[in-house]
Amino acid sequence: MDIYEVKQYVWEVAPFGDMVVPGRIYADHAIMDSLKQDLSREWNALQQVINVASLPGIEKYSLAMSDVHPGYGFPIGGVGAFDTSSGLIMVGGIGFDVNCGVRVMRAGITKKDVLAKQKELAEALFHDIPAGLGSEGDLRLNENQIDEVLTRGAEYAIEKGYGTEDDLKHTEEDGCVDGALPEAVSHKAKERQFKQVGTLGSGNHYLEVQYVSDIYDEKAAKAFGLVKDEVLVSIHCGSRALGHQVGTDYLQTLEKAMKKYGIKVRERELVGAPFDSPEGREYFGAVNSAINAAFANRQVIAHLARKVFTRVFGTGEDDFTQLYDIGHNTAKLEEHGGKKLIVHRKGATRAFGPGSKEVPSDYRKIGQPVLIGGTMGTCSYILHGTETGMRETFGSSCHGAGRVMSREAAKRQWWGESLQQQLAKQGIVVLGHSKSGLAEEAPGAYKDVDQVVNVMHETDIARRVVKALPLVNIKG
Amino acid sequence: MYKLLEHEADVGITASGKTWEEAFSEGAAAMLSIMAEPSKVAAKEEIRIQVNAGDKAALFVEFLNEILFIRDAKGLLLKKFDVTIKGNALAGKAFGEKLDQKKHGTKIEVKAATYAGLKAWEEKGVKHVQCVLDV
Repeated sequence: MDIYEVKQYVWEVAPFGDMVVPGRIYADHAIMDSLKQDLSREWNALQQVINVASLPGIEKYSLAMSDVHPGYGFPIGGVGAFDTSSGLIMVGGIGFDVNCGVRVMRAGITKKDVLAKQKELAEALFHDIPAGLGSEGDLRLNENQIDEVLTRGAEYAIEKGYGTEDDLKHTEEDGCVDGALPEAVSHKAKERQFKQVGTLGSGNHYLEVQYVSDIYDEKAAKAFGLVKDEVLVSIHCGSRALGHQVGTDYLQTLEKAMKKYGIKVRERELVGAPFDSPEGREYFGAVNSAINAAFANRQVIAHLARKVFTRVFGTGEDDFTQLYDIGHNTAKLEEHGGKKLIVHRKGATRAFGPGSKEVPSDYRKIGQPVLIGGTMGTCSYILHGTETGMRETFGSSCHGAGRVMSREAAKRQWWGESLQQQLAKQGIVVLGHSKSGLAEEAPGAYKDVDQVVNVMHETDIARRVVKALPLVNIKG
Repeated sequence: MYKLLEHEADVGITASGKTWEEAFSEGAAAMLSIMAEPSKVAAKEEIRIQVNAGDKAALFVEFLNEILFIRDAKGLLLKKFDVTIKGNALAGKAFGEKLDQKKHGTKIEVKAATYAGLKAWEEKGVKHVQCVLDV
């Protein structure tokens, strides 16, 4: 295998064997060295980059962003754009948690306000935001209502009293993608969702109260309405059980399609169908439905948080405004270089540059906000998309810090309770529904997010706007 | 017997038994151990379970995903299985208890069983299954 640095922080794997395009990885030397070291392991991200580079219809590169780590099928941090007539649509390039993403709200108060009521706020959020295994949401929906969620997305939640029209304007795709086919989503998937709209989930999902600690780009920060010490609320979750079941249901359907169309892939989890086939179109319709379910889910949670803030701080609902909401487990039909492509982002954020019509008009001169979730003990970032990103990565960026340690290894190293105490000493109140779940999410189990973001910034794929530090973290 | 395998983002599981039924049940036990304290879950409610697939390995994934469907749709955590596997079809009964975050010491939610690292094989008369769970 020939891996070489094409320019600073950009590496390529030259095509060999059945690779159709080169692999391209955004990484500094430390990240790259760790990827190479992992090559001998059964599941490793570099091999997954190569597997994706070998898929029919892939355009330009099999990409990995700087938070790259092993996933299933695609690596996490992986981006693959496919020709709509010769390419595939794949479960492994989207994930089971379809449109898992991040929403960031501006709370309209400062760090000082939160510090005065930090514990009270943490407890109120922990009480009001349904989270953890088996939690149930406020909304109880039947199958017809779920179908409305799938076709209308966040707007449905707003109509039910969860949010404002302004929230929609600052959500990717205005909170609803076209092309949802509720009939392509099984009854089982819908049944799993009856009680799950407006729930956070668990694992790496969280609701975090943060404050703006550093401003790197005054002009962009101003456009995004961000000032120093302002409080933000970051919500990380996805489409809940409905999305999980969509992935599950289509494993068998797509595997049959692969046999039917004679498609061979290097790994079974890369199961997919030609995008331009009845099976591919049906799966895409189901994915679009699940994308809308995720927008609705984050919409409900954001509004529950809004209500907590107005109660605890006596502010108005209008003071709690949405910065942006964007997914990082998606397949989107997009135009790049004059060509329609189906762009898979698995643990990668869309990062469209200035002037893109998809970016809300008040941010369009700057570029799309790119929301990067860090860990509960370190920090998060808000970046903006660039023209370089549009040219090089189909307008995509990293999505988080990226794990370096397995969950089992993290549990051997940390205890939930001692971690909570250690973070409390740093001024961060962490409340979780599971102590072992907290240990698995220990900051030390992740790459250094500063390093990951630095690679995106220095390569001009997405540029730093602000850094945010945690004050309260609610874990599922 | 089951074992959890190292995987950065998710969790790999491998399970074995003298029969496919035993290996599959052990795989389900591995998944339960990720979601809750198995010793705290009682096998008191009964539910029918039935799945089919194109091969044994895919059947294992279908079985695990059916358990996750039952968890979300019926609110049941399943602990014990009395199932028969014929070819690539599984049918029988499963036993568990209504999910209770406090009582069961719930940990993290498994979203789905995936085809990643998926294997079903036989070695020296012992049946083995393996896959990666998305958490």
